[in-house]
Amino acid sequence: MTFLSHLINGISLGSIYAIIALGYTMVYGIAKMLNFAHGDVIMVGAYICFFAVANYGLHPILGILLAMAVCTCLGMIIEKLAYKPLRQAPSLAVLITAIGVSYFLQNGAQLLWTANNKMFPNFLNFGGKTGLSLFEGQLVISWTAIVTVVACVVIMIALTLFTGKTRIGKAMRACSEDKGAAELMGINVNTTISITFAIGSALAAIAGVLLCSAYPILVPTTGSMPGIKAFTAAVFGGIGSIPGALLGGVLLGVIEIFAKAYISTQLSDAIVFAVLIVVLLVKPTGLLGKQIREKV
Amino acid sequence: MSNTIKREPTKLVPVPSRNKIPERDADKHPILECRHLGIDFGGLTAVNDLDLAIGRSEIAGLIGPNGAGKTTVFNLLTKVYQPTRGTILLDGVDTHNMNTTQVNMAGIARTFQNIRLFSNLSVEDNVKLGLHNHIKYGMWDGIFRLPSYWKEEKRAHERALELLSIFDMQDLADAKAGSLPYGAQRRLEIVRALATEPKLLLLDEPAAGMNPSETAELMENIVKIRDTFNIAVLLIEHDMSLVMGICEGICVLDFGQTIAKGTPEEIQNDPEVIKAYLGGRKE
Amino acid sequence: MKKNTLRITKTTKVNFATYLMVIVAFVVLQSMSNAGMLKSALQGQLVPICAYVTMALALNLTVGVLGELSLGHAGFMSVGAFAGAVVASALRDAIPAPGLLLAISLLVGAAFAAIAGVLVGIPVLRLNGDYLAIVTLAFGEIIKSLINNLYIGVDAKGLHSSFVQNTIALGEGGRMILSGPMGIPGIKKISTFVAGFILIMITLVIIFDLVNSRSGRAIMALRDNRIAAESVGIHVTKYKMMAFVTSAALAGAAGALFALGQNTIVASKFDFNQSILILVFVVLGGQGRMWGSIIAAAALTVLPELLREFADYRMLVYAIVLILVMLLTNNPTLKNFFGTITAKFRKSEKGA
Repeated sequence: MTFLSHLINGISLGSIYAIIALGYTMVYGIAKMLNFAHGDVIMVGAYICFFAVANYGLHPILGILLAMAVCTCLGMIIEKLAYKPLRQAPSLAVLITAIGVSYFLQNGAQLLWTANNKMFPNFLNFGGKTGLSLFEGQLVISWTAIVTVVACVVIMIALTLFTGKTRIGKAMRACSEDKGAAELMGINVNTTISITFAIGSALAAIAGVLLCSAYPILVPTTGSMPGIKAFTAAVFGGIGSIPGALLGGVLLGVIEIFAKAYISTQLSDAIVFAVLIVVLLVKPTGLLGKQIREKV
Repeated sequence: MSNTIKREPTKLVPVPSRNKIPERDADKHPILECRHLGIDFGGLTAVNDLDLAIGRSEIAGLIGPNGAGKTTVFNLLTKVYQPTRGTILLDGVDTHNMNTTQVNMAGIARTFQNIRLFSNLSVEDNVKLGLHNHIKYGMWDGIFRLPSYWKEEKRAHERALELLSIFDMQDLADAKAGSLPYGAQRRLEIVRALATEPKLLLLDEPAAGMNPSETAELMENIVKIRDTFNIAVLLIEHDMSLVMGICEGICVLDFGQTIAKGTPEEIQNDPEVIKAYLGGRKE
Repeated sequence: MKKNTLRITKTTKVNFATYLMVIVAFVVLQSMSNAGMLKSALQGQLVPICAYVTMALALNLTVGVLGELSLGHAGFMSVGAFAGAVVASALRDAIPAPGLLLAISLLVGAAFAAIAGVLVGIPVLRLNGDYLAIVTLAFGEIIKSLINNLYIGVDAKGLHSSFVQNTIALGEGGRMILSGPMGIPGIKKISTFVAGFILIMITLVIIFDLVNSRSGRAIMALRDNRIAAESVGIHVTKYKMMAFVTSAALAGAAGALFALGQNTIVASKFDFNQSILILVFVVLGGQGRMWGSIIAAAALTVLPELLREFADYRMLVYAIVLILVMLLTNNPTLKNFFGTITAKFRKSEKGA
């Protein structure tokens, strides 16, 4: 029973990683850049939702929607001001800029909202219970875990349909294959990249709220470690691939929880990263990544 | 053909496999011999059943329409790609277990269709990189500037200038390789390849982008290189004046298949070749 | 043609200017320090500045010369810091001369970091581009985790260590040196500004001499065009390892210098953010440009001190400066704009 409980916790944590990883993967796929500020957008989303609900008494659903709206704008503004001018620049320059944006968001949040812990409220208690009790109380699955997994599955299906069926989705895929050719076909590359950032940031807001529902301590650096791990998850699954982000995220979450439960709490991060290294050595472009052959 | 240089017609004689090499090289085994060489990319067969032999002092040509698999053959010979089928014998040694680096040290040097120089380094450093395995000092000799460093660097410098003088490029030694004009970059690639002291030099479209007089000069230089360094040359080229002018044996590829082999005269009159180039209907 | 090996090329000039710059900076700062003209805050920064300058130079060897992005260099700094501090602590009675003790500690730190470099390099250097970067990040985090769970004590019988749990039973007169997440407390500060200066000079000699030799050419060839390098018979793994391990060893020496200038060091200090900080020095200073790394590392280590008047806003200002510098140096429009301004400025200067 404890095994099952760990597994469920792992999948739930993994689902959060997967949602964050989606943001990394989509942006990497289209703009070929590692958006290190993504983790901090998560933190902003969580803060917005926290204040909307705790200080202004908004309904949690409205809080999440507000957080999504703010993060979407934030993502697009960041893209417009910091990344768009560097579209032709070497990737390292863009990487450092992204790191600058990450510092900016973290320190801005610290000034606005102080470095003190905020206890994120638990929205999800139905009938006074915080979880679903199974097997006569031997296994309790928190509502948060259930909602997280459901949200992740819904988002994944929606995104797959979006990129597969809609005009904008197809434009995104075209841009990630070949920006020049896409432009010649009449696709507005800048708008498409902007939309990608918007979607990624909206997902980050959702991930932020889910993350803080499960791990309720909110500080300005809340987003950085999950951000790095989700980035790892994206690489793990094959960066640029949407199903890869899901697979990588869930696997990472499960490995992390199992490592904590059965091996060592202190070493769980080391184990997660060690597994990543082993996977990349066996499959150098991640589990579901495409092998690219250099033309000689 | 305005650029044809004077050449004795070469007689090709068979070697023990299905291949032929020039008569004057026939007393020694060929420098390169491929048997049933082939590679598949996924489901696509890029090169199939290639048999090829090159004599020790031969200038050979590999021609064919675009996409015929010529550069793929070079990539197979230099192990940039691992062959799916067949064997490559370099100077009688099977290169089966070698990688690109080892193949070079065993005696094949090449140039690239899309020029691959060390573009941030100087012209001289590019040539010195070709000489890399003939400069004898280690990392610590370099860091501590031991006598072997000064001695070997001086020797390498002199050798590099000597090699650059083949193409009259010694004055460009300090220029950045990436800043050279296109033609000079192509020539520098040849010098760099020669610096590795190969037994077989592979040239991938050496005359691309050159005008007729530059091409004529290049032809003379290729022959000169073969004679001074006493090596074999295999070249890919679309300029028929060059190919027919200096090649002794020619192999024609189309869709990865060998459609003809022989002397320039034989190739020029081969109906299959004419069909492949002019797009005649296949029966 | 002049005699070749004595030719003074542009590279040689830049290298000598770099040595000169470091020497002049050292002489000025040292005499100001002796005269008591340095603010105590800056005085305390002298050793860390030297450590970060060395770190930036070391990382520039990997990023600028070898052309591979490492996001885990703080890991090597950490290995060097802890190995050096443990040795300094264990030998502090055996070797009373602080200079010799420091030299030994730096060497041990460099050696351990080099070993870590080999262990990390073997798997990492088989990968390419962003994948290589993420694996170095992963190794940096793993090294941090491992040291965070390491316990080392010393007694009459020698060093004792344990992992994850502190199970060390020390003999009489024994003491703990490294206590897991608590790190190493009570370090005797034996690092000096002079030692830091010497380390920077040695680092520069190693990097410049390596780069301008057969091995260095091979390393740069791999950066410019790997396939062409292979085609002229250069061993890819050998030279990648050479650059990476040298870089790791120098980072280890920098870590030991840093640690022995602090009261306490903890493993969590050498995290991903630390790696990024050093990468920022390298990118701002220019990849492959050693003098740029030196200036960027020194300036950005002092900058937060100078920004003290902004108090709470200083990290925000730091972030904005970082973004603006990247935009100004890399956006074509802005670059041209500033290019024309400086050109006009120069013209008017000439005219005057």
